[in-house]
Amino acid sequence: MQIDILYFAWVRERIGLPRERVETEAATVADLVAELASREERYALAFADLAALRVALDQELSDFAAPLAGVREIAFFPPMTGG
Amino acid sequence: MHLLVQEDRFDIGRETEAFIAGLRHAGAVVTFTGLVRDNGGQLAAMEIEHYPGMTERAIGAIMDEAKARWALEDALVIHRYGRLGPQEQIMMVATAAPHRADAFAAAEFLMDYLKSRAPFWKKEIGADGAEWVAAKASDENALTRW
Repeated sequence: MQIDILYFAWVRERIGLPRERVETEAATVADLVAELASREERYALAFADLAALRVALDQELSDFAAPLAGVREIAFFPPMTGG
Repeated sequence: MHLLVQEDRFDIGRETEAFIAGLRHAGAVVTFTGLVRDNGGQLAAMEIEHYPGMTERAIGAIMDEAKARWALEDALVIHRYGRLGPQEQIMMVATAAPHRADAFAAAEFLMDYLKSRAPFWKKEIGADGAEWVAAKASDENALTRW
């Protein structure tokens, strides 16, 4: 399946792009993260500490165990600092 | 319910007056304005990044929740993104209710949730370089009181 991946804040800076479209068969967010981390060092660095990251599936906060079936857009970012 | 996510500055006075002009029954309006702290003169600018689309959805959901919990007649959230100078306004919240207790509580609730559930990220640009603002545990803990 094709999925759009978005990166924000220092995750975006570490990976070096704001978004990309990937072809993946990953079943869960964690599977996709493992797949990306094995691709290149910059991904491995960005995903080194999952406790420091948050994930949103189709613009709703989710978690790393969540399934990816039917998801079109996934975003990775650090904890939010609004207000 | 009014939500504006914008790069431009806004006029607190004008926004507050327009908000009040639209009310019919409220007896109390609370407004809060967040500013860019200058960190003792060390801050040159603050850059705010956000997630277009999710930002509006997340804030909309927080506003719906506030309306469900308190007797609000109306609420307003304005949040900026982009590059801001020291002491510039980052955001404002306004709540209107028949009585002040609901207006104060809902404004605090909106602020607590905006801090850690709306997809914004702040980066402080100083003389010695730039640094992403880390989320505080106290901000996350603040949600437990609701």
